[in-house]
Amino acid sequence: MSHFLDRLKFLSRTVDTFADGHGAVVAEDRQWENAYRARWQQDKVVRSTHGVNCTGSCSWRVFVKNGLITWELQQTDYPRTRPDLPNHEPRGCPRGASYSWYVYSAQRVKYPLIRGKLVEMWREARQTMDPLTAWEYISQNPERAKAYKSIRGQGGFVRADWDTATEIIAAANAYTIKEYGPDRIIGFSPIPAMSMVSYAAGSRYLSLIGGVCMSFYDWYCDLPPASPQVWGEQTDVPESADWYNSTYLMVWGSNVPMTRTPDAHFYTEVRYKGTKTVAVSSDFGEMAKFGDIWLAPKQGTDAALAMAMGHVVLNEFHKTGKSEYFKSYGKQYTDFPMLVMLKDNGQGLVGDHYLRASHLSGHDDANNPDWKTLLIDEKTGDIVVPNGTVGLRWGEQGENVGKWNLELKAADGREIDPLLSLKDKSDEIVSVGFPYFGGEHNDVLFRNVPAKRITLKDGSSVLVATVYDLMLANYGVDNGHGGGNVATSYDQDIPYTPKWQEKHTGVKGIDVETVAREFADNADKTHGKSMVIVGAALNHWYHMDMTYRGIINLLMMCGCVGQSGGGWAHYVGQEKLRPQQGWVPLAFATDWNRPPRHMNSTSFFYNHTSQWRHEKLGVNEILSPTAQAAKFKGMALLDFNAKSERMGWLPSAPQLETNPLEVTRAAAAAGKDPVAYAVENLKAGTLNMSCDDPDNPRNFPRNMFVWRSNILGSSGKGHEYFLKYLLGTQNALFDNEADGIKPTEVKVRPAAEGKLDLLTVLDFRMSTTCLYADIVLPTATWYEKDDLNTSDMHPFIHPLSEAVQPLWQAKSDWEIYKLIAKRLTEIGGPVLGTQKDLVLVPLLHDTPGELGQPLEPKDWKKGECDLLPGKTAPNMVVVERDYTRIFEKFTSIGPLLEKAGNGGKGIAWKTEHEVHELAGLNGKAANGQPRLESAIDAAEMILTLAPETNGHVAVKAWDALSKITGRDHKHLAIPREHDKIRFRDVQAQPRKIISSPTWSGLESEEVSYNAGYTNVHELIPWRTLTGRQQFYQDHRWMIDFGEGFTVYKPHVDLKTTDAMLNKLPNGNPELVLNFITPHQKWGIHSTYSDNLRMLTLSRGGPHVWLSEADAKKAGIVDNDWIEVFNVNGTLTARAVVSQRVPDGMTLMYHAQEKIVNVPGAETSKKRGGIHNSVTRAVTKPTHMIGGYAQQAYGFNYYGTVGSNRDEFVIVRKMKNVEWLDQPLNKTEA
Amino acid sequence: MSYLDQFLFGIYPYIALAIFLFGSLVRFEREQYTWKADSTQLLHRGALVTGSRLFHFGVIGVFLGHLGGLLTPLSVWHALGVAPEAKQILAIAAGGILGGIGLLGLLILLHRRLSNERLAAVTPLRDKVLLSWLLVTLGLGLATIPVSMGHMDGQMMMRFMEWAQRIVTFRGDAASFVAGAPLVFKLHIFFGLTFFIIFPFTRMVHTWSGFGSVGYITRAWQLVRPR
Repeated sequence: MSHFLDRLKFLSRTVDTFADGHGAVVAEDRQWENAYRARWQQDKVVRSTHGVNCTGSCSWRVFVKNGLITWELQQTDYPRTRPDLPNHEPRGCPRGASYSWYVYSAQRVKYPLIRGKLVEMWREARQTMDPLTAWEYISQNPERAKAYKSIRGQGGFVRADWDTATEIIAAANAYTIKEYGPDRIIGFSPIPAMSMVSYAAGSRYLSLIGGVCMSFYDWYCDLPPASPQVWGEQTDVPESADWYNSTYLMVWGSNVPMTRTPDAHFYTEVRYKGTKTVAVSSDFGEMAKFGDIWLAPKQGTDAALAMAMGHVVLNEFHKTGKSEYFKSYGKQYTDFPMLVMLKDNGQGLVGDHYLRASHLSGHDDANNPDWKTLLIDEKTGDIVVPNGTVGLRWGEQGENVGKWNLELKAADGREIDPLLSLKDKSDEIVSVGFPYFGGEHNDVLFRNVPAKRITLKDGSSVLVATVYDLMLANYGVDNGHGGGNVATSYDQDIPYTPKWQEKHTGVKGIDVETVAREFADNADKTHGKSMVIVGAALNHWYHMDMTYRGIINLLMMCGCVGQSGGGWAHYVGQEKLRPQQGWVPLAFATDWNRPPRHMNSTSFFYNHTSQWRHEKLGVNEILSPTAQAAKFKGMALLDFNAKSERMGWLPSAPQLETNPLEVTRAAAAAGKDPVAYAVENLKAGTLNMSCDDPDNPRNFPRNMFVWRSNILGSSGKGHEYFLKYLLGTQNALFDNEADGIKPTEVKVRPAAEGKLDLLTVLDFRMSTTCLYADIVLPTATWYEKDDLNTSDMHPFIHPLSEAVQPLWQAKSDWEIYKLIAKRLTEIGGPVLGTQKDLVLVPLLHDTPGELGQPLEPKDWKKGECDLLPGKTAPNMVVVERDYTRIFEKFTSIGPLLEKAGNGGKGIAWKTEHEVHELAGLNGKAANGQPRLESAIDAAEMILTLAPETNGHVAVKAWDALSKITGRDHKHLAIPREHDKIRFRDVQAQPRKIISSPTWSGLESEEVSYNAGYTNVHELIPWRTLTGRQQFYQDHRWMIDFGEGFTVYKPHVDLKTTDAMLNKLPNGNPELVLNFITPHQKWGIHSTYSDNLRMLTLSRGGPHVWLSEADAKKAGIVDNDWIEVFNVNGTLTARAVVSQRVPDGMTLMYHAQEKIVNVPGAETSKKRGGIHNSVTRAVTKPTHMIGGYAQQAYGFNYYGTVGSNRDEFVIVRKMKNVEWLDQPLNKTEA
Repeated sequence: MSYLDQFLFGIYPYIALAIFLFGSLVRFEREQYTWKADSTQLLHRGALVTGSRLFHFGVIGVFLGHLGGLLTPLSVWHALGVAPEAKQILAIAAGGILGGIGLLGLLILLHRRLSNERLAAVTPLRDKVLLSWLLVTLGLGLATIPVSMGHMDGQMMMRFMEWAQRIVTFRGDAASFVAGAPLVFKLHIFFGLTFFIIFPFTRMVHTWSGFGSVGYITRAWQLVRPR
C-alpha cells in the first residue's frame, strides 16, 4: 500500500470511537510496525560466551544479521540442577552485553602490525641475509636494537602481512633457541578456563619448542597462599548455588554484586530463606547493603578482626566443650590433635616441627618416617601414626598401601580416638612464646601450655604439645593453665580479644562478639552451614595469608569446611578449568614430551624487570622475633628467591646460564650422562643457574608472547619498571636505585635495559600491551572462534562459537600458533634439527617429589648438603626436541598418552582407549596419530580425555584414587559412566560436568559443589603434610617468619612516598593515602573498559576515588584532574569524591587503560600511567618454600604473589592539564 | 520577451513544482526513515530555541503571505474592498517585518550550526546548500522592498499575481507578466522556484508533516488500532 494514499484516507480511518469520543479506533496501515520486528530479527543465533575471567561463564546468544554480529542476549536454557534451588539463569551482566561493540570498533586490530623501525631494518637485512642472520643483525647489535626498543609504546606501527610477521617471529625464536636456549622464549597468557583451546594453542607451541609458560594466578595476587598452606589445594570453592544452602553467610572483602554479578542472585535469594548475612568491608561497596550487619574494619586489618572472632569461638565453644560437633570434626579433619615439639630458642620455648615418626623408636618404619606426623590415642594414651599423613601417600608397599585416608585408625590398623588437649593429662605446664607483630605489646607473648615430655630415638627428651592446646594459647584464651597474656574477659586488651582488636580495626568489640557467637552457634546447630565469601580486599595485601588463615581457622574451628552450605568461598580471579586433566596434554604437549617448562611469574618479573634493585622492605622487618636473625643476615628478598630456585623449591626461567641444548652436547662430548654432567658442573661452579646472575645478558628472557592478556595495561605490577628494564623504553620511574637494599648472594651488575628482543602480542583490540609490542597479531574475538569455557561458580561447561569468521585478517589463537609452528618448522627446522634439552623441574606438589627436605632446609651451594636432583635441588630431565617436526606434532596427538597414560593431582590412569576414540572422532593425521587440525579437534581432545566430560575416564580416575586411599570411590561416577560430553553437545546446551577426583567437591543431583566435600564425606585426606587441614605450619621458614600459627600482621612499609612528598610541588596541597585497587565496575571484568558504553557510563577515562574529607584537605572537588604518584611512577585521572570511601584510602579501579583520556603528568612531563605505575611487586620468603608436602611448587598453585595493597601514594590536584598530543619525533614525522 | 524569460518564468515553474510534488511523494513512499527534521537539539542547544522560533515564525509567515497574496484572485480583493495600493502597503509591511524576523532567526541558526564543532561535523553539504539558498532567497525578497517603495501603485504586484495565478491554473503566457520586472524581482522568483526543487531532497520535507500536524487539533486523545 502507498504510505501517501494511506495518509489520505483520513476520512474513513476512524472505525469506532470510545470514551465519549476521547478515544478512537483507527484502521490505519500497520506496516511501520515491521520496522520494530525487523530490528529484532536475525539470520543466525550462535551460542557463545565471553572469554574473560569474571568466572561468570554465562551462556550468551549471539545474533548475526546480514553477515554482521549485531547484538547478544542472555541465554536461558540452563539445565535445572537440584529441585530446591533457584534457577541459575539468567546469567550475564550488562557489561558483557557491551562486548559486541568491540567487534567492529576502531579499537579492533585488523591486520598484522609491526613496529615501523623494526620492519624497515628487517626488510633491509633480508635483502642479503637469511632470516636467522637477519634477526641476529638487528637484535644483537646494540644500536639497531635500541632503535626499535627505545620507541616501544610510542606509536609507529605499520600494517604488515602474515608472512612477514610470522617470519620475524619464527626467525627470532629459532635464533634464540640456537644462541641462548629455548627457555629464553616465554609466553604469558592467563586463566585457561576462559578460553582453554586458545590458551592451549600458545602453550602447546611453547611446550613443543621448550619455551616457558608463565603463571598468572599468583602474579595477579589472586592465588591465596593460605589455601595450599592449609589444604594442599590451589583453590577450591563452592559453586554460587551453594550460597543458597548456607544459613549464616559472611561476605568479607568481596564485592559480590559487582564482581560476581550473574551469581549475586543466590546471595539475595538466600536471605529470603532466613539466612543472616554479614558484610565486612572497609568501604561502602555494593555488597554492604545486602548485609544484616555491616562491619567496616580499617583496610588491611582484617586479620585482627578474624583473630578476635576466633578468640570468641575458641573461648565459648571449644574451651567449654559446648559443641560435640566441633570437637569430633576437629579430631578427624584438622591437625588439632597433632603433636608439636617445643624447642628452646634461647629466649624460651617456642613451637617447632611436628613430631615425626622418625623421631621415635618403634614408629621408624622404612617408608618416609620423616613425613608421618603423630598424635595421642585417647583410648590407650599411646602416641600413634594416624592414617592419612603424606608419608603414607607415597611409596608404600604391600599391605601398607591404602592407608592414605581419614579413617580414625592408626597406620597399624587399630581404631583410635585422637586426643585434642593435654589439659589434666600433661606432664608439665610450660610457658611457650608466641611472636606478636601488632607493635603495642611485647614482641613475644609467653603463654602457658600443657605439655608432655617424651624421649626421642636419639635418647634426648623433648616437650610436645597438641596443636589444639597451642591454638588456644596463641589466641590468648585462658584455659586455666595460669600465666600471663591470656584473657579472662573480652574487655581486656590482650591479643587477640575483641577489645584488643578495636584499636586496630575500629570495629566495636561487641559486634565482633555477636557475629562470632552467631556464626559458631549456627555452625554447631547445622553442622557447618556457616560460610564466608572472601575476596581481593583481603587477598591483595602482603600479609594476606594471615587474614585468610584467620578466617579459615574460624571455619575449621566450626566444622564448616567440606559441609554443604559452609566453608571458604574465595572469589578472586580464581578459575575452574573443569576438564583440566584432559586439557593438560593438549596445552603442555605432554602427548609428545614431558615435562613442560613452567615459571612462577612474580619471581620472574621481580627479577627481570629489576624491581629487586629498588627493594626497600628489609627481611629484618618481617622476620619473627623468635627466629635467629643471624641465619639470614645480609639476605635480601631476591637472595631468598635464588636460594629457593637452587634448592628446587621454585622454578627458574631462564634456567641455566648455558644454553641447555649446549649442556647436553657438552655432556655427550665428555661421554657423560647429561644429568650427572650438570650436577658435577653445578657443584664445581662451572655451570651456573641463571637466578644467581640476573643481569648477565646470557640470562635475559629474549622473546615474549602475550595472548589473551593485557599484562602491561592491567596486571603488570611495577609498570614503570617493566618499561625501563624489560622493554627499555620511556618510563616515569622516579626511584633511585641507590635507595634499594642490595642482595648479597645474587650477583649485582649495572642494570640492563631492554632485555626483551621481541615482544609479540595477540589481541583483537589495541590494548595498552599492544602499544608496547614489536609485533601485534590480529586475533579472533570471542564471537569468532570455537573454544571451551568453564567456571567454578556453576557446574556447566560452555562453548565459545564462531558466529562469523574472524574479520579482516584476524585468525583465532589456535590458527595463529599453528601458523607460527609451521613457520618455525620451515625456518628454524633445518638449522636446529634434533636437539636434546636439559629441563629443570622443581619439586612438584602431588608427586613423590613433594617429599623434599623434611626438617631443616639445607642449601647445597653453601655446602650444607649434597646436590641431589629432586631432593635438594631441581629435578633434571632430558627431553628430545625435533625442530623439524614441530608443526606435525602441533597438529596431531602424540603417542606418549598411550604409552605413559594420563592423570594429575597424584593419580594416574591409562588412556589408550580415549586416544583411539579420538582417532575415530577427529580422523588420523599423516603420521597415523589422531588429527588435531581445528580448534574443534582440540576441544574434542580435551573433552574426551577429561574425567569431568567423559564418564569412562571419571570411573578410571576414581578407581585410581581408591587404590591409594583404600576406600571405594567409584560409586561417585558409576551412574554417569557412559556419559560423554562432546563439543556439539555443549553448543546445543550447557552440560553438567561429571564428578572427578581432580576436585574436592561433587557435582550431583543431591549436593551443590562444595570444596572439601569429598575430604569430609569420602575421607580422602587433604594433600598436606598431616593429611588434615592445618592450623599449624611447621616449615622452618614459616616458623622463622612468625607464621607457624596465625597472627595479626599490620601492613608492611614500602617507603615510597617520603622521597617524593613536596619535592616536585605544583602549588597544590599533597596528600598521602593508601592506594587500593579494587575491581572495575565499568568494564567487562578487569580488562575491557575502553568501549563506548563503559566509558559513557563511567567518567570516560581513568578515575580515582577519594573520601570527602581527604578531598577537602587537598582542595579537590569531584571530577577534578588529579595526579597520583610515588617513587614508582605516576598516573593522572579524574577525581571521584564519594562518601563510599573512608578517610586515608584512595580507590582506583584496576586496569583502566592508558589509551583513553589520559593527560600528561606534571611530575614526569610524560603521559600518565596506569594503576600499576605506582606499584611495585614485593615478594615474601614464605611463599618460596618448596618440596614440603603442601608447600611444594605447582603451576599457579604455590609461589610468590604480586601483592599491591600495602602501597601508599601522593595525591594532588593538577594545575596544568597537558595532552602532549604531538608526534614522537617531529623531524621524522 | 526573451527565450530565457519564457523558460524561467513559463516552463521552469512547472519543472520546479513537478519535482517538488513528485519528489516529496516518492520520498514519502520510499524513504520514510529519512522523513524528519534532523534536529540537532540533542547534540548542542545553544541559541537553537531562539533562532528556531524566530526563523519558523518569520518564514512560515512569509510563506503564507506569498501564498495568500499571490494566489487570491483579484476579484476577492475587490469584493473585500482592498485597493491594490493598500494591498501593496500591507505586503511590504508584513513581508518586511516577517522577512526580517525570519532572516534574523536564520542568521542565528546558521551561526550556531557553523560555529559549533560538533554541529559543523554533522552538517552535510545539502544542509549548507539549503540554508544558504534560503538566506539568499530571503535576502533578495527583502531587497525588493526598496524597489517596490519606488512605485506604490501596486501595479507590479498585480502582474506578479496574474503570473502566479496563470501558472497554477495552467493558462499560457504567464511569463510575459514577469518579463518586464526589475532584475531583483526576477532573481527572487528564480531562487524561490529553485527552492522547491531543493525541497524534497532535504530536511525541508518535514514541512509537509508540520502542516500535517494540524490534524492533532481535532484528533481523539487516544488512538488504538484493531488487530
